[in-house]
Amino acid sequence: MNDKQKIIIGLIIFFAVFTFPFWYNHGAASSAPEPLLTDKAKEAKHCVRDADFMRKEHMQLLDGWRDRTVRDAQRVYEIDGKEYMASLSSTCMECHSNKADFCDKCHEYTSVDPYCWDCHTYPKEKK
Amino acid sequence: MNVNYLYSFLAVVVLGLVAYVGGGVAGLQGVFGIFIPYLAVVIFIAGFVNRVMGWASSPVPFRIPTTCGQQQSLEWIKQNKIDNPSSMFGVMTRMFLEIVLFRSLFKNSRVELVGDRVSYKWVVWLWLFAILFHYSFLAVVVRHLRFFLEPVPFFVKALEQADGILQVGLPGVFLSGVTLLAGAVLLLFRRIFISKVNYISRAADYFPLLLIIGIALTGIMMRYFTKVDVVKIKELTMGLATFHVGIPEGSLGGLFYVHLFFVCILVSYIPFSKLMHMGGVFLSPTRNLANNSRMKRHINPWNPKVKFHTYDEYEDDFREKMIEAGLPVEKE
Repeated sequence: MNDKQKIIIGLIIFFAVFTFPFWYNHGAASSAPEPLLTDKAKEAKHCVRDADFMRKEHMQLLDGWRDRTVRDAQRVYEIDGKEYMASLSSTCMECHSNKADFCDKCHEYTSVDPYCWDCHTYPKEKK
Repeated sequence: MNVNYLYSFLAVVVLGLVAYVGGGVAGLQGVFGIFIPYLAVVIFIAGFVNRVMGWASSPVPFRIPTTCGQQQSLEWIKQNKIDNPSSMFGVMTRMFLEIVLFRSLFKNSRVELVGDRVSYKWVVWLWLFAILFHYSFLAVVVRHLRFFLEPVPFFVKALEQADGILQVGLPGVFLSGVTLLAGAVLLLFRRIFISKVNYISRAADYFPLLLIIGIALTGIMMRYFTKVDVVKIKELTMGLATFHVGIPEGSLGGLFYVHLFFVCILVSYIPFSKLMHMGGVFLSPTRNLANNSRMKRHINPWNPKVKFHTYDEYEDDFREKMIEAGLPVEKE
């Protein structure tokens, strides 16, 4: 006596579970989103830090700004001899006023759910 | 210093270096980012199926009652229905508790001499580290589905919410990453510092633990410290999951290739190692067979065909001679 049939059913379940990503996506190609720059952002040419740094570490920069602003009342961020006001709503979103196309796209793509806007407001999108 | 964990440690370091260097060379990114991951998946699935089918082809002629509880007997003797089940339902319960809660590890005990007496002590640590490790690993694997699914389904998001509930720092700390590393390190320390366990540990015991520690460390490094461009990485992984492969422009970072290569090694190593307990736990004969030997006759399938010659037939053959010799017969 052996339980070959039951084991084969188990293996089929195993196969279905472990190939989940392959059949969930139906093999449909999806392109990675590209954050959209507003005209104002394009004009400014440079951000607070360079693009590569911002792509990888903007969250830590913002976290640092928040902590320094809230805990030590230091509202100025100094880098490369330039001074910026450490503020998401006023500094970042001054240029990047298009939250849906600039922030949300990539956050949604990578399933990141930042809680910035639990407190902060963001500019109304022009349709 | 034990040579077994030295070898395993060196193997992990060398593999990491290979991937770190290979990921940095332009021509080899396709190998490390596309070819090896696919190869690992194929080896994993084919090897896994092959191993399980090998087990499936061995006959299981008899039940193996384990004496963890009273078996079914007379009506007035109380049966332990989970530890010595006689029904399908009892077996399912026993298997469920084994697979989900690691019940047999929970029963772990240690023999010690206390003064001049032998004492058996219940020791919970192995079970605790194991459950910490396995469930953290599960959470980490499910969380990583966010790189392979588009759109990301609700259960991955829900798990991320629960996992990052402390909201420490940005990006928020995922508890499962920390507990995975802690669990793996504790299991490793157990093998290194407990002399009895150390004595029975081989390189094959240390290697997977060190590899998993390597995976956890590189993952934690990338998320919290050295940083990577997650959008680019999802571009690569989505390419893998949808068969539209491609290496995104720009560097993904050597650490990413180390992480990916470690995972590929681990996945393709599973079918050939003790890590097959992942499938094997379902096929443990002492857990998944009902003890119904007293109700049902189990016949060994490879019993040789014996030609029986019963006493009735014997008497039929020799009746007259037996009567002649004065021997008693059953039928006159």
